[in-house]
Amino acid sequence: MLRHALHRIALAVPVLFGVLVIGFLLMQIVPTDPATVRAGPTATQEVVAAIRAELGLDQPIWVQFGLYLWRLAHGDLGVSIINNVPVTQELGATIGPTVELMLASLVWSIPTGIFLGTIAAYWRGSILDRTIMAVSVAGVSVPVFFLGLVLIWFAGFQWQLLPFTGREGPLWSWEGIRAIILPAITLGGVLVGPVARMTRTAVVDTLSADHVRTARAKGLNERLVVLRHALRNALIPVVTLIGLQIGFLLGGAVVTETIFSWPGVGRLAVGAILSADFPMAQGTIIVLSAGFILVNLIVDLLYAVLDPRVRQS
Amino acid sequence: MSEPLLRIEGLRTVFRTSGGDVPAVDGVSLEVHRGRTLGIVGESGCGKSVLSLSVMRLVAHPGRIAAGRVMLGERDLASLSMAEMRQVRGRDIAMIFQEPMTSLNPVHSVGFQITEAIRAHDPRASNAELRNRGIEALKRVRIPSPERRFDEYPHQLSGGMRQRVMIAMALACSPKLLIADEPTTALDVTVQAQILDLLRELQAETGMAIILITHDLGVIAEMADEVAVMYSGKVVERTNARALFEDPQHPYTLGLLGSIPRLDEDRENLLAIRGTVPPPFNLPPGCRFNPRCPFAIEACRAEIPPLRSIIPGHEVACICAPVEASVAA
Ligand SMILES: Nc1ncnc2c1ncn2[C@@H]1O[C@H](COP(=O)(O)OP(=O)(O)OP(=O)(O)O)[C@@H](O)[C@H]1O
Ligand SMILES: [Mg+2]
Repeated sequence: MLRHALHRIALAVPVLFGVLVIGFLLMQIVPTDPATVRAGPTATQEVVAAIRAELGLDQPIWVQFGLYLWRLAHGDLGVSIINNVPVTQELGATIGPTVELMLASLVWSIPTGIFLGTIAAYWRGSILDRTIMAVSVAGVSVPVFFLGLVLIWFAGFQWQLLPFTGREGPLWSWEGIRAIILPAITLGGVLVGPVARMTRTAVVDTLSADHVRTARAKGLNERLVVLRHALRNALIPVVTLIGLQIGFLLGGAVVTETIFSWPGVGRLAVGAILSADFPMAQGTIIVLSAGFILVNLIVDLLYAVLDPRVRQS
Repeated sequence: MSEPLLRIEGLRTVFRTSGGDVPAVDGVSLEVHRGRTLGIVGESGCGKSVLSLSVMRLVAHPGRIAAGRVMLGERDLASLSMAEMRQVRGRDIAMIFQEPMTSLNPVHSVGFQITEAIRAHDPRASNAELRNRGIEALKRVRIPSPERRFDEYPHQLSGGMRQRVMIAMALACSPKLLIADEPTTALDVTVQAQILDLLRELQAETGMAIILITHDLGVIAEMADEVAVMYSGKVVERTNARALFEDPQHPYTLGLLGSIPRLDEDRENLLAIRGTVPPPFNLPPGCRFNPRCPFAIEACRAEIPPLRSIIPGHEVACICAPVEASVAA
């Protein structure tokens, strides 16, 4: 188990380095010169040159890359072109809400998807199964923004049930909980369908496995047969497939944060890109990519928890 | 003989298909006695597995028991509720399967899977007690260092070891009857012999009855007290093991015996059966064996021959079986 974990972490390191390289190169290819933007429209040549020297922009590219890594290691990702706030400070303030939103979305959508997929698989061919699958397919085809806007329109605006503009406090406060409900339904909603479908396929498969027949032959009741011997085994492919959906989830988070004014990294990224705030955009991209790598790592480790054959190899 | 432990009467199990119900087991009657081994032999597809799964009520959709009774003492298993049937499975009748590789769940430890069987019938057992009984069960099937094996996973065990674990699990609740569906087919020859020896020893220790399903007459010769030969969902010959080998009556049995090579016999007596078992959705008229039978006559195509006694304790479903000659002998 520990070896597996170390191995996975070791594999994640070069990927993370790749992300840093790409983050750096992005800044090289943007058409705008950060020094000119920083200096402002009225600045003289000398001022711009001074800023260039200060930022290290007059150095050869590999020196700049070294400088970039050096600053990164010290938590320095530059300052925003727009308001001169350090990028790391902004990121630090937005990572929390994004993680919060992700967890709030996953905590209901994954269990719901797994539950629906399992009962659909158990009663496969029934009306229940067909209804669940029809809703799942419909769910897969609904874009995040559409679901978000519908929720805002009805639950937020028309019926005034829940707030829909931003975060209103920490998750342990009543306001905080109320404010996260609609964004979490929106972001989690797009996951329920795929998870239900994947679970159904996997459970249909495991239900016909020989060891399920063995479990029944022992005299186990159906609940244990399904939970311990069909679903438990099906979780291995389901977790793998959920891992493949993570990119999708991050994209969904960007959209959800934007339409609900959720103060997270996704919204920060969109704002930075729209206002050509390149250092900020670079920072958000690094953070989102690192998040992607981290979640993949968690999925890999989960895989080992679920499958003794992986754990012991 | 005393009252049988299990009495199957006219059991018929059908599979629903687009072309109607097709029988995989068709009017089978059998008896199993305490402490004895009933061998069921026949080629692939003749309905051996469906028969044993029917006894356990484990036939999967679209199969179902259409007629007949499975009497365990006074109770008809075929008409028990699912909840009542669960009490029977594992406790009164246990089952082991052909594929030890896939019959155990790869994600749970061996010990967990054994104790789960115990807990299913004894929900109040404490964890420590379960562990002890699980290790005890592994000891009983002669698994070396059972304390260590208890916490291992199926992929860490060889095929023979896994089949031992299956047996340990099956016997954990001391069933009165063990159904073994080709328990050694997937194993190599030396391991096969060890597993069969183990089953015999355990039977002597516990006094359980065994239904041993196989397509290998060698296994029957070694293990069975009584034998039923199945062909195409029906029992075609039923007698004790000794009579089956010394005085086989049904042409199909003769064919099966002929397909075991014997060095001490004249090659010309070797009678091999051509063709395969007809599928249940495409049965020939009359005796189901007639298209492959070297002795078939016109009357064989007219109607299905009933299983009838030719001498006490020897039943054959063949109109050509010589009743009077056997009685004279
Ligand atoms: N799920 C099913 N649907 C339709 N027919 C089935 C199904 N399962 C079994 N059968 C039919 O029942 C017949 C008997 O099958 P069974 O598995 O009992 O044979 P068997 O004697 O155990 O053979 P083997 O030696 O290969 O295990 C087969 O001819 C098969 O066509
Ligand atoms: Mg079989």
